[in-house]
Amino acid sequence: MNDTRMVFDDFAQQVADAHGYLLKFARLQLRNETWAEDVVSETMVAALAKPQAFGGRSQLRTWLVGILKHKVVDALRSHQREVTVGDSDDDNADPLDDMAFKPDGHFQERPAEWGNPQQDLQSRQFMAVLEACTDKLPAVQGRLFLMREWLEMSSEEICKELQLTSTNLYVQLHRARLRLRECLELHWFASQP
Amino acid sequence: PNCKEVTALVIAREDRDLPWERAALRVHMAMCQACPRFERQVLTMRNAMKQWRGYADDEADG
Repeated sequence: MNDTRMVFDDFAQQVADAHGYLLKFARLQLRNETWAEDVVSETMVAALAKPQAFGGRSQLRTWLVGILKHKVVDALRSHQREVTVGDSDDDNADPLDDMAFKPDGHFQERPAEWGNPQQDLQSRQFMAVLEACTDKLPAVQGRLFLMREWLEMSSEEICKELQLTSTNLYVQLHRARLRLRECLELHWFASQP
Repeated sequence: PNCKEVTALVIAREDRDLPWERAALRVHMAMCQACPRFERQVLTMRNAMKQWRGYADDEADG
């Protein structure tokens, strides 16, 4: 009996240790401190309620992230209205378009050669810059972009979950990808020798 | 169906299946000097996000 108790206590401690890690991803996806805290709490409660479901088949944190992703989708669904509004410039032209392209639609500056990106992608510093650039995206763009790229949802699924038109989604994703490119160019590729 | 319009399709391809727009993209890519470079950057970002998902899992494991 005591052994079982000790095993559970150890499991609970490991779950508690993952709190900061889970919160980082929840914040990145949800862009709202309260929602992020809520989904992480729900994830930990779900994990502690059914420790036998873990079964040691994967790393504990990987299993917890799997639960977190489901909780995040639930949160996005329940806050559907707020998730897709909030950027002040949503309905207007993106100022980035003016920076990237001339009025005639040609590049202001030709895209730079990004060297040997395969090597860069292996670097932890590059991953930190990528995460920071993703974090800097405007709230709506960031949420939708990470639904595609972290939650790996299809465009159709996102539109269905958030009752978005496909046109609206594609505009936001287009802006997010342009911004990410600009940020990576500025903060990583331009500073590489 | 300038660079802005070509690159818009390059980005759109990341999130939706293009109708056989695909042909126009190929034709314009061959004629535009800067666009293929932009296309390589978008491909790099695609690989970067894929790598990031793996990196997040590795970090979780480690």
